[in-house]
Amino acid sequence: MLDIRKDFFANERDDNLNVVGKGVQRQDMPGHVTGRSPFFDDHAFEGLLHLKVVRSPHHHARIRSIDVSAAERAPGVKRILRAADVPVNKNTLLSLINFGKDDEPSLAVDKVHYKGEPVVAIIADSEAAAMAARKLVRIDYETLPAVFDVEEALKPGAPVVNDTYPNNYFEYHDKFDHQKLRFGDTEKAFKSADIVLEERYQMSPIEHAPTETNGSIAAPEQDNRFVVHSCAQGLFFSLGTAAKIVGLESNRLHFIGGTVGGGFGGKVDSITEPLAILGAMMTGRPVRYVLDREEEMLYGSPRGAERIYVKDGVMRDGRIVARHVRSYFDAGAYTRLSSYAAVKCTAHIPGPYWIPNAASDIYVAYTNRCPSTAMRGFGITAVDFALEVQMDKLAHAVNMDPMDFRILNAYRDGDMKPHRRVAKNTALIECVQVAAEKARWPISDSAKRQSSLAGGGEGERGQIPATLIDQRGQIGRPETRNAPSTQTLPAGTTRIALTKQPELEGSRDSRAAAPNVPRYEPAQPAVQAPAPLAPATPASPPPQPYAAPPSPPAAAPTPGATPQHGAMRFSSVFGTRRR
Amino acid sequence: MAKIPVQFRLNNSDRATFAEAADNLLTTLRRGLNEFGPKYGCGQGACGVCTVLIDGEPQLACLTLTVACEGRHVETVSGMADGPNMHPLQNAFMDNFAAQCGFCTPGMLMAARALLDRNPNPTREDVVEAIAGNICRCTGYEPIIAAILAAAGARGEKRA
Amino acid sequence: MARYKGRGMASINYPIGMNLGGDPSQALIHSNPDGKFTVALSAIDLGQGMKQVTRQVAAETLGVPIEDVYVDTADSDTGPHDMGSFASRGTHRMGNAVIAAAREARGVLLEAAAEELEVNAADLVTDGRGNIHVRGAPSRSITVRATAQAAQFKQGKTIAGRGIFLVPLSAVDAETGEMNPNTAFAHACLVADVEVDDETGEVTLLGITSAYELGRALNPKMVEQQLVGGAWMGQSHALYETPEPYYPNPDHGPRDFNEYLMPGPGDIAPYSVSVLERPAPDGPFGGKGPGEMCANPVLPAVANAVFNAVGVRVDELPITPEKVLRGIRAIGGANPQTRRGG
Repeated sequence: MLDIRKDFFANERDDNLNVVGKGVQRQDMPGHVTGRSPFFDDHAFEGLLHLKVVRSPHHHARIRSIDVSAAERAPGVKRILRAADVPVNKNTLLSLINFGKDDEPSLAVDKVHYKGEPVVAIIADSEAAAMAARKLVRIDYETLPAVFDVEEALKPGAPVVNDTYPNNYFEYHDKFDHQKLRFGDTEKAFKSADIVLEERYQMSPIEHAPTETNGSIAAPEQDNRFVVHSCAQGLFFSLGTAAKIVGLESNRLHFIGGTVGGGFGGKVDSITEPLAILGAMMTGRPVRYVLDREEEMLYGSPRGAERIYVKDGVMRDGRIVARHVRSYFDAGAYTRLSSYAAVKCTAHIPGPYWIPNAASDIYVAYTNRCPSTAMRGFGITAVDFALEVQMDKLAHAVNMDPMDFRILNAYRDGDMKPHRRVAKNTALIECVQVAAEKARWPISDSAKRQSSLAGGGEGERGQIPATLIDQRGQIGRPETRNAPSTQTLPAGTTRIALTKQPELEGSRDSRAAAPNVPRYEPAQPAVQAPAPLAPATPASPPPQPYAAPPSPPAAAPTPGATPQHGAMRFSSVFGTRRR
Repeated sequence: MAKIPVQFRLNNSDRATFAEAADNLLTTLRRGLNEFGPKYGCGQGACGVCTVLIDGEPQLACLTLTVACEGRHVETVSGMADGPNMHPLQNAFMDNFAAQCGFCTPGMLMAARALLDRNPNPTREDVVEAIAGNICRCTGYEPIIAAILAAAGARGEKRA
Repeated sequence: MARYKGRGMASINYPIGMNLGGDPSQALIHSNPDGKFTVALSAIDLGQGMKQVTRQVAAETLGVPIEDVYVDTADSDTGPHDMGSFASRGTHRMGNAVIAAAREARGVLLEAAAEELEVNAADLVTDGRGNIHVRGAPSRSITVRATAQAAQFKQGKTIAGRGIFLVPLSAVDAETGEMNPNTAFAHACLVADVEVDDETGEVTLLGITSAYELGRALNPKMVEQQLVGGAWMGQSHALYETPEPYYPNPDHGPRDFNEYLMPGPGDIAPYSVSVLERPAPDGPFGGKGPGEMCANPVLPAVANAVFNAVGVRVDELPITPEKVLRGIRAIGGANPQTRRGG
């Protein structure tokens, strides 16, 4: 049962639209019910070869030697790929936005860092032949100590998981072992709170489990290019990643995809495309690389585990006065996208509430398990679990109804959020009110009267407080993790220039454009491009206002950087440049 | 290894191919006969995305030996519509928005068709049981159950 | 031994799109000589409905019937650059890019019609049924089809449009975490009703009651698909799923669908969802993006409901029967809490 409550926020909408807002049939539905929707594997090729990888049986080991001679002679085997065959055998996904250092090989070089890491790829006439030959590859390993717990990994002396980040954590701003959030003075507020509650939460890894496993087919195409049938969640993201790894200019690759059998975040990593393309380059034939279900389950990269400590100070009347969150993302052996999730999580603290003092320390730790990646709700799902169970405990502690407690602490339009930006377009209170009404869950009359539109931003709610800052957790100096705070930033301090919030024409009534007026302005920006923010480093060009359609790929190469085939750089997030 | 000639009907057409003794029907359909309706999801009979009908019975193509299909009739989602006219189940899946990514849909439809062919008036419990071997990761199943019940209702009305 | 009913709730918000910006999407639209439009994107449809939502947005902005627009998302040779389908960015970012492209194409369409009708383009309106006419004078009209033919064969005009939507890059402050997560936020509150068996530790989900605020529901049927499927995934995350059941110990993990647990069609619970629409100022027709956040409130709501039923806090996901049983044992037997309406 689904109903639409048009009575809420009615004056912020114009519902007189032609087709938007109507439950009309999906364009792709006829294809789905007739089996005609073209998924990446639904393509026939003459002379198709099949690629399978040999994976590490150890969590952490040095590779002493690899002997593929027996496998090369096996029936149906056409070609074997080893680390040295991969043109650029070190990459990090977010190099496309200049964030983080290249840390992950396509095929392991001298060490394996997780159980299941690909070491050798076999290309054969059939999947069965490739799998049979897999058993003939002899790899001599010297096993090494492994670490699986995020907090153990961060202790001095822990086994080094990722040689690019020898302290087992992602490095933020070339300075800290974690990403900080500081707003107000949480320590002082905890002392003044009636009740302080500190709890530990844990989310285990979760597998995306799309019914279609990861895979791709790459084939030589006319004009000396390669066509790639891909299940990637970002077609150009995958194209850019593959182009860099196989050392081709982006226009030598022709990616076809867009119809994907479920992703949930598990098809962002481009784990099959580079090797399939490389196989096609080396054999001159179409090469198909598809994970089987066990590979998908064990080595297709999960939603990473998170350990989260939440400490709250609350008054007996139910007001939360301070919140501190310390969280550890388990990246597994390589970074992939975890570094980004920690920043997204930082912006999310303290959840949809106004709390006058809030802080967080978010770590990305490397462990000897399959690298984790994005999944539905990336950076948010686990911390929402922790925060909302914590909210239930706090309501219990102050003997308040959990719904009333949410509404009392809810953020509203105009409230200052801890990342120092004002909340707009909020609607938490209304959601709680409607859910309570539907569930026949009694809430107080006062809670029923509240609104996201009223009371926000009043007094200190709209202000940036004086804030205690610190230099804790400097890279390579674990002894600084408990250092005292060093400085107080005055109230109202901001250091990051505002990027203009894009606002569409006519958005006041939420229409994209007044419907009757032609909008033919070819010389003008199609969307008003906000003034570009000066980037943290001059090495990266600011986004250019839209003038003429740039030919994809969109971005110019970074001046001063060594040109790298296919490495498209879209932007620079922190000025932390790849090296 | 010598290959074995195999002949069977596929969606009312006679087809012939060569298979190895260990080849499964899913591989033969997809890579031998370019019939891409049934999908690969697990290769061990645990997800149902390769469900086909063999002589009217729902079977998992990944667990069926190709050579065992000699002389039998294999039906897939590709043969479900009657020319341009969709099967009532296909229409019901569309009307009930019972697909998102669409990858489990071919198998779901075959499982549902097998149910309605033997039980034109199923209960909700019958429907749940019929699709219990088919994994969907997108829809939460409810729209699929609703679609199958709706198709049964539509067929019932037609007869009446 | 008994079964205990419990209720729990959670409320959340969710940021739409890559939170640090640097997040562009492009779209191209062109018309056939008879006024039928193709939208070319490199966006990905994972099942969330990218093709249909951009189709509706394009038809609305162009002012033509939905049947006159098809969206192609397949090809890097024809579809211009897009970051991808993740971070709940698709509808918001790509929807805006499609609006920009459709607006440019609409501009040419109306110019061409104005030339045929010998009027000012600013005086023309579309009726959404394939006609263009002078505002207030429906008889002075021309079809989109005739306009497109005139543009192609007589006037030499290209009825086409380019669009980009870019949320520009933001830096992050190292010491305070100050940043511009330039996005809209969606909101939700969810109530979970469960039953806990104190003999087996099993938790049965009895029902879900929820309210989601998503900006404008651009296609309510597709919103329902997301919210229902997402709630199922939330149920699955809360009670069933993990490849490492004894994390951080990596052993004893499932390897396939026989061992990886998820609720089947017989384990689902009835749902009742209300959708609220507070349009996002920067969203396409005010749309936000329900794709990811719909699963999130289920996890804590179920955990809180388990506590409400038997007085046991399970702070480690998933909430397996083993953890519930150990919790009940630790407190010396089920300890039901205050009943919350219902």
